[in-house]
Amino acid sequence: MIGFFKKRKKNFPDFWNRYEAQFEEKLPSDISKVRFVVLDTETTGFDYETDRILSIGALSLCDNSIAVNQSFEVFLDQYFYHPKNIEIHGIMQEEPKERITEIEALMRFLKYIGNSVLVAHHAGFDIKMINQALRRHGMPRLRNKVLDTSILYKRSLIKSPLLVPQEQYTLDQLAEKFDISTKDRHTALGDAYITAIAFMKIVERLRQSKNLTLKKLWR
Amino acid sequence: MKNTIAHRVADFLKNYPPFNEIGIKDLEALSQEIKIVYKVKDAVIFDEDEKAHAYFYVVHKGAVALTKKNDTDLVDLCDEGDIFGLRPLMANEDYKIGAKAYEESILYAIPIVEFRPFTNNHEGVANFLMESFASNTRNPYSIVRKGKLFQEGPEVTAAKPTSDLLDLQTVNYSKKLVSCSPNTTVKTIASRMTKKRVGAMLVLENKLPIGIITDKDLRNKIATGAFPISARAKDIMSAPVITYPTKMTMAQAQMAMMKSGISHLCLTVDGTPNTEAVGIVSKHDIMLELGNNPAVLMKAIKRAEKFKKIKKIRHNIMNLLKGYLEQNIPLTLISKIITELNDACIKQVIKISLEKLDGPPPVKFAWLAMGSQGRSEQLLHTDQDNALIFENVDEGQLQATKAYFLDLAKKVTKGLNEIGYEYCPAEMMASNPEWCLSLSEWKERTTHWITNPGKDQVLLSSIFFDYNRSYGDAELVGELTAHILSTTQKYPIFFVHLASGALQNPSPSGFFRSFLVEENGAHKDFFDLKRRALMPLVEGARVLVLSSQVKSINNTAERFEKLAELEPNNRELFLACSYATKALLKFRTKQGLLHNDSGRFIALDTLTKEEKIKLKRTFKTIKELQELIKIRFKVANLVG
Repeated sequence: MIGFFKKRKKNFPDFWNRYEAQFEEKLPSDISKVRFVVLDTETTGFDYETDRILSIGALSLCDNSIAVNQSFEVFLDQYFYHPKNIEIHGIMQEEPKERITEIEALMRFLKYIGNSVLVAHHAGFDIKMINQALRRHGMPRLRNKVLDTSILYKRSLIKSPLLVPQEQYTLDQLAEKFDISTKDRHTALGDAYITAIAFMKIVERLRQSKNLTLKKLWR
Repeated sequence: MKNTIAHRVADFLKNYPPFNEIGIKDLEALSQEIKIVYKVKDAVIFDEDEKAHAYFYVVHKGAVALTKKNDTDLVDLCDEGDIFGLRPLMANEDYKIGAKAYEESILYAIPIVEFRPFTNNHEGVANFLMESFASNTRNPYSIVRKGKLFQEGPEVTAAKPTSDLLDLQTVNYSKKLVSCSPNTTVKTIASRMTKKRVGAMLVLENKLPIGIITDKDLRNKIATGAFPISARAKDIMSAPVITYPTKMTMAQAQMAMMKSGISHLCLTVDGTPNTEAVGIVSKHDIMLELGNNPAVLMKAIKRAEKFKKIKKIRHNIMNLLKGYLEQNIPLTLISKIITELNDACIKQVIKISLEKLDGPPPVKFAWLAMGSQGRSEQLLHTDQDNALIFENVDEGQLQATKAYFLDLAKKVTKGLNEIGYEYCPAEMMASNPEWCLSLSEWKERTTHWITNPGKDQVLLSSIFFDYNRSYGDAELVGELTAHILSTTQKYPIFFVHLASGALQNPSPSGFFRSFLVEENGAHKDFFDLKRRALMPLVEGARVLVLSSQVKSINNTAERFEKLAELEPNNRELFLACSYATKALLKFRTKQGLLHNDSGRFIALDTLTKEEKIKLKRTFKTIKELQELIKIRFKVANLVG
């Protein structure tokens, strides 16, 4: 009877098991010791079912610093292709960039993120896109904790009857508020960089008003 | 594979020495290895005597202060593109000066192991670093880099604390020469000098200086009619030119000018007229280097063509302020001068922004400073609170007109942010459509506030009604002021609400006259000087002045003085209030300068006994003022 409630162990590939094993370790409670992975994806569109990831850019943030050589950038070979997206992202299939398969990209991505805390702007979208890709390859969802800079930013605004917060804040608006140059906008890693700088500044603003611990970040 | 971020880093570095000496390919490879570090304000990057890091640093955004222990002054302030923390690169020893973030900053940490090959292979890089390290000033090229200075008005470098040795510093000169040939007509020369805003022009032949034409030559030789307007450069130039080598100290430059009775020195490669001219030093440049003189700073502000320039000048304004406070100059005078300078900065930001727009403003407009800036009480950098008012237009034109001014306001608020005014956290800025309105819209809005004095409306009025025109049309502003005064007369209940708002501030002292400190939040156990002491005075003055129909006095101390004049029977109290306001403001400013913040929250244990007594004395005045307001506006009836 007890066996019935036991999680049914599926046969996942080794790289997944290695990834999952890292979650047995608890996250440090001191924010400066936590590894954040700030990411952004470029996709063929906004439909979770039919659209595909074209590239993933991510960088690793620890104690308010980013090591450039530890950033992550992959371009995917997707036979599924919307020409209209080329205009936005400038990712051309013919461009001589190293392209890898979706499964290869997922393998590298999982290895890169480990048990870090994921950060993205409108994170829901990027995470769902990645989860869909994982599902297509028969794997469960990401196990990482996720933070969304668009939500955190709203929390960092002062509470004043005179300020009516917007429903949504775009990455461009954040870049403007925090004086971050937007010249690499619409490349996955470029957007991840903007998000990372904004994230650090938002956390600092939150920290000033409250004694912030990691736990309070996803309250 | 190319890394987007490395590319971005390299793109920044390539503009600054010594990285500009390195090829872009190598630079991108180097950028691949760097670390991007975010530092909050006042965060320590390294301490004096700390073990050397494996990196040296470049400021990408913000500013970094280099300091020495036992010395409150800064050794240096590093700006965008400046390098610091070079010791580990040069010598295998601990840091001799400390570095901390002066503002919120982003730094690039360059790994020394990866960088070292460049110092070996590029002579320029090595020389730059050696010089940089030896002189302790971060950028020996700055003289050259500031090449644009001649055209754009002299750059103001942060005044060095070692002002007594300033005379021995090498003079900064303008490298981008404004010059003409011997056959250029006087008319062309005059219009170019006007356009470039310079007072002198070199006459060059084969790059060698053969003469110089100054404003004085134009006055003495053309305006007097001695030469016709069709004269050529060679006819009126002063020749031969007195030339000097580029490596000359301030003292030498001053001496040279005095000796020959001239206001411009021409610098050449070897100091003789037989080598290429490389720069010009004007008396004005030297004045600027030597000092913090309001007139010189004012001129520099007006000449600034970029926000970045103004930011540098504002550092100097702060130094000036510090000096004034140390010399105990009366606050009224200090705040007049500093306000004038700050005003000029804002005006210049607006001017620069206007030039960036496609066309001139479609109708008249005025830029209003609100809050402390409107009251001319803003001595330190604080948040920006501003609004824009434009002339009434037809319904059909309204949208397009507003769009123009919003665009302008966006540029201005961004510029103000760049020169050191934080964005208003409550978005009370002209770039917010709510604060960028036509005259009739403003009238409507203020009427609404006055006739429906709820909590928010009173708060909004109290912020807005201290507005002061910083730029633009005076009539528009006057009309709005007249409207507000006449409306408040019709709705006296508004004053009761305004007065009750003024009494809402928490009391500064407890029953036993002890200080009341904040009980929670980030400033727990600090004394909130602004909310507990300054605001009651500011708000009291506002309601009293408005109800007495006094126009166009915004400054709180001046308002009390005016009230003392109007009401002889309360004269003593009002004068005491005026005094208290000034004392508190001075106190706040000193605290702010000491801690490089707004000076609002005070750690009581850092105060001397004397300071505490001074503070407490003002509290008594505040209590009396609040009593008077309570009785005069019968506030008790309202709050029950």
